[in-house]
Amino acid sequence: MKGQTMLRPTFPTVSTASTATPGFLRVCGVRQTFSTPKGDFPALSEINLEIRRGEFVALIGHSGCGKSTLLNLLAGLASPTAGTVSCDGDVIRGPGPRRAMVFQNHSLLPWLSCFDNVRMAVRSVFRAESASAVDHRTEAALAMVGLTQAAHKKPSEISGGMKQRVGIARALSMEPQVLLMDEPFGALDALTRAKLQDELLGIVEKTESTVVMVTHDVDEAVLLADRIVMMTNGPAARIGEILDVPVARPRDRVSLATDPTYAECRRALMDFLYRRQAHVEQTTA
Amino acid sequence: MQGAISTSRSWLATLAIGLLLLAVWQALASSGGGSAPAELSDYDKLMGKSPGASVERSAIPTPVDVFKRAGELFADPFRRNGENDLGIAWHLLDSLRRVFSGYAMAVLVGVPLGFLLGLVPWLGQALNPFIQLLRPVSPMAWMPLALYTLKDSGASAIFIIFICSIWPILINTLYSTASVRQDWTNVGRVIGLTPLERARKIVFPAAVPMILTGMRISIGIAWLVIVAAEMVVGQSGIGFFVWNEWNNLQISSIIVAIVMIGIVGLVLDQLLGALMKQLSFRE
Repeated sequence: MKGQTMLRPTFPTVSTASTATPGFLRVCGVRQTFSTPKGDFPALSEINLEIRRGEFVALIGHSGCGKSTLLNLLAGLASPTAGTVSCDGDVIRGPGPRRAMVFQNHSLLPWLSCFDNVRMAVRSVFRAESASAVDHRTEAALAMVGLTQAAHKKPSEISGGMKQRVGIARALSMEPQVLLMDEPFGALDALTRAKLQDELLGIVEKTESTVVMVTHDVDEAVLLADRIVMMTNGPAARIGEILDVPVARPRDRVSLATDPTYAECRRALMDFLYRRQAHVEQTTA
Repeated sequence: MQGAISTSRSWLATLAIGLLLLAVWQALASSGGGSAPAELSDYDKLMGKSPGASVERSAIPTPVDVFKRAGELFADPFRRNGENDLGIAWHLLDSLRRVFSGYAMAVLVGVPLGFLLGLVPWLGQALNPFIQLLRPVSPMAWMPLALYTLKDSGASAIFIIFICSIWPILINTLYSTASVRQDWTNVGRVIGLTPLERARKIVFPAAVPMILTGMRISIGIAWLVIVAAEMVVGQSGIGFFVWNEWNNLQISSIIVAIVMIGIVGLVLDQLLGALMKQLSFRE
């Protein structure tokens, strides 16, 4: 699957609609409207998206464009007002361990140690396994994100970057088919963010996960994603454009800095975000 | 270093203010009369036995009188000479026993009920008017009803403690259960916990700190109310002791009892505070 992405043309191609081939994750004619005291608020209108198995897709857009709403629909945490969301042919009717989520604010349970936070997920997903097998999986997940040392600390005792690592370990420990990430590195400082992005690249390469990541960071999107879904401003947000990122993997952030394809992708993204979809409420953005 | 200095400074100030208050009290109480027990002469005065004699003597005992009285009361706190002559420790223990009985019942009812009402929002909303109506009622208003139905003064006092301490526990449990952060319940849904597992493994632990806050408020209220309740129904207990000493015009005993009530209340509050510290989590 990964091989296909490397064989793509060396210049970014822009398409306004998703491809016709049926995907692993499918979003068909989805509309999402929220009832508020002031009346209905249309968050998403007419979203169509196909995501292939093993693909890394970034959702990018300004604040309030409904990208987190779309991710919640994929997770099954919300149901669309109209249209269907399906995974591997099955309509998504609720959250499930096949689609693991990494939350924006890590969402670790503060009364449990890092180990127990991960273990709770493992136990819930692999119910038939023995306690020692569950422990083993937990240890393996924490080892994958380099947190074996801090396993028995409480979330309040570790740094923000480590907390987010635990969140990733928790999601990976479930051996999900899809990894959904909601601005996972948004709250971190630039150096920690870069480190975690590199680690994520390595993990995704190894596990061949399908990943959908919400981000508002242009560099992050281009560095990590195979395709970038650009969303128009809300209300009633739509998919504006989809950008292919034909940069070969494994990717290295330092050599990418001078890569013309990388630069062109960044330019296309910035053009969309800051020229065509320049945010109206600049002060609140 | 700065903190240590200001702490020791505030301790010194506390001590100085305490001594000053004692001195003022001593001066006021002993003015216009000797420090001999004032109760007898006041009693005589009330009985009209000595009209015009020693009218200037203060009815308020001096700190020295109170310390003396405390010495007498605690010389044999576990004294038991028949039903009418119990040591002060027995009274305190009786009050504590009633408080713990009523309070334990309030916890056993309030926490599960509040949890259920928090988990099932429509049920919580349905019962909310009743909670709001009954909560502001003074617990003592229940006393006649309790005496009439339970026909036992001790059981009535325990019921009063139950009814006054259930509200903060019930309301805090309900509110904290209903308002558990959605991120945490979403985690439970994503990792595939069943609704029952989510309630047990996520909602309840998340609600524990606020439940304990409610329990801490309740123990304080219960200790306030037991004194009043025992004044009405008691044959024993610290509230009964206060009222009985008032009938004996033993003002010194009443002051000793007030200080004891304060100390026990402080200890109860600190115990719950320690439990909270033990079971709460930092974010």
